Amino acid sequence: MKNKQIKYLIYALIFIYAVYQTIVSVKASSLTYYDLEFLLEGLERTVYISVVSIAIGTFFGLIFGWMKVSMGTFGNIILSGFLDILRSVPLIIQLILFYAFMGILEIDISIFWVGAIILSAYTSAFVTEVVRAGIESVPLTTRRAARSLGMTYWQDYRYIVFPLGLRAVFPSWISIVLSVIKDSALVSVIGYLELLKTTEELIAKTNEALLLLLGIGLFYFIISYPISLYAAKLERKLKV
Amino acid sequence: MIELKNVHKSFGDLEVLKGIDLTVNKGEVLSVIGGSGSGKSTMLYCINAIENIQKGEVIVDGTSVHDENININILRQKIGMVFQQWNSFPHLTVLENAALSPQIVLGKSKSEAEKIAKEHLDHVGLGDKFNVYPGRMSGGQQQRLAIARALAMEPEYMLFDEITSALDPELVGEVLDTLRLLRKEGMTMICVTHEIAFAREVSDNVAFFHKGVIEEFGPPSQVISNPQKERTQQFLSKVLQ
Repeated sequence: MKNKQIKYLIYALIFIYAVYQTIVSVKASSLTYYDLEFLLEGLERTVYISVVSIAIGTFFGLIFGWMKVSMGTFGNIILSGFLDILRSVPLIIQLILFYAFMGILEIDISIFWVGAIILSAYTSAFVTEVVRAGIESVPLTTRRAARSLGMTYWQDYRYIVFPLGLRAVFPSWISIVLSVIKDSALVSVIGYLELLKTTEELIAKTNEALLLLLGIGLFYFIISYPISLYAAKLERKLKV
Repeated sequence: MIELKNVHKSFGDLEVLKGIDLTVNKGEVLSVIGGSGSGKSTMLYCINAIENIQKGEVIVDGTSVHDENININILRQKIGMVFQQWNSFPHLTVLENAALSPQIVLGKSKSEAEKIAKEHLDHVGLGDKFNVYPGRMSGGQQQRLAIARALAMEPEYMLFDEITSALDPELVGEVLDTLRLLRKEGMTMICVTHEIAFAREVSDNVAFFHKGVIEEFGPPSQVISNPQKERTQQFLSKVLQ
C-alpha cells in the first residue's frame, strides 16, 4: 500500500507540473482558445472511433474465436488465413489500401467508416486469438461436468466457459483495447480528423510542435491510464 | 434400470469396449473394478452419452441414450455423475456451484434452487461452507461438493468415476462415508473404483473389466472374496497385497 501511494503521488506531481507548464506555455504561445477547442474535438473523435472499433472488433472476435475452436480443419484454414493477413500487414498499409479501393470501386463511404472498418477488422483478428485461448483455458473435464449436470451446449458456454475464460484472458483483452486507442492515430493518414490529425494541422498553423505533441501525449495517457487502472481493479475482483 | 447391450466403443483404431452387456436395477449398487485402460471409465461416459458408441445400445428407463432423436440434456438430468478430478466451478461459491444447474437446467427459482442446494450440502457435511470458493477447500471437500452438486439435480442414478483416486489418502474416508450414506438411502449407483474393500462392503454386484470385456460378474462374495477367473485372481492379488 505504501509503495502505491508513493506511485500515485509521483503521478499527481508530474500531472500538476505538466498542466502548469502547459498553461504557462500555451499563454506564451500563439495558440488560441479556439485551437484548444479544435484539439478537444479531435480527442472526441479518437475516443469515438476507438470505442466503435473495439466494440465491433470484440463482437466479431468472439464469433471468430468460437468458430476457431468449433469448426473443422477446412473452415479453420480459411478463417486463420484471413486473420493472419489482418494481423501481419501493418495497419497503416491496410488503411491506405482499403481507402484507395473504396475510391477505385467508387463506393460512397465516410472516412470515419473506412477507418472504423479497418480498425475493427484489425482488432477482431487479435481478439480472436484471445478468445480462442480463453475457451481453451477451460479444462475439458470441467465442461464435461457441466454437461453431465444437464446443461446444454450454450448453457455450458454462458455459465462456465465464458466467465472462466474471461478471467483467464481479461488482461490480454485490455492490452488490445489500449493498443487500439493508440493505433487509432494511424487513421489520420486517410484524413480523419482525430487527435493526431488535428494536432498536425495546429502544428502547421502555429509552429508549436513540441508543446502540442506533449499535450496530446498527455491526452492519450489520460484516456488510457484510467482504463488500465480500472482493469487492474476488475481483475482483482474477478480473481478467485 | 440401466441396461447396456453389446456396447462397442473405439477411439480411432483402438477398441476400448468390446461388447459390454450389463444391467443395473433400481436401488442396486454396482462396482466396476479392473486395471487402467480396461475401459471401465469409458463405459461410464457412454452411459450418459458424454462419449458416443459405435455399436450396441445403452437404455436408461426404456430410453435409448444414443438415439439422435432424444434430448440428451433431459436424460442427463436423471443421471448424476462425479468425476475423478472434482471439477468444481472455481468462479462460483460452494452454494452457487450446487444451485446453478437446478436453477438453469430445471428452471427452479433462485431461492428454491438454493434451498435444495443447501439441503444436499448439509447432507455431505458442507453446511458451514456455503459462501466459500472451492479453491479454498481440500480435495475431499471439493469432491463432496461435486457429489452434492450432482445430487441437487435429484437424479435417479449416480455414476462415480474413480472419485477417490486423486485424493490424499487421509481424505478418502470422508468421501467414501458420503457414498455409504447414499447407499443406505437406496440410491442406484455405478462406482468405478480402486477401493476393493469398499466395493466389497457396499456393492450388490461387482464387474471385473479386462481389456474392454467383462471378465467376471457377480456378487462381491464371489468376484472379490472368491474369484473364479484366473485374471480376476491375478488382478486382486496385485491390488490387495
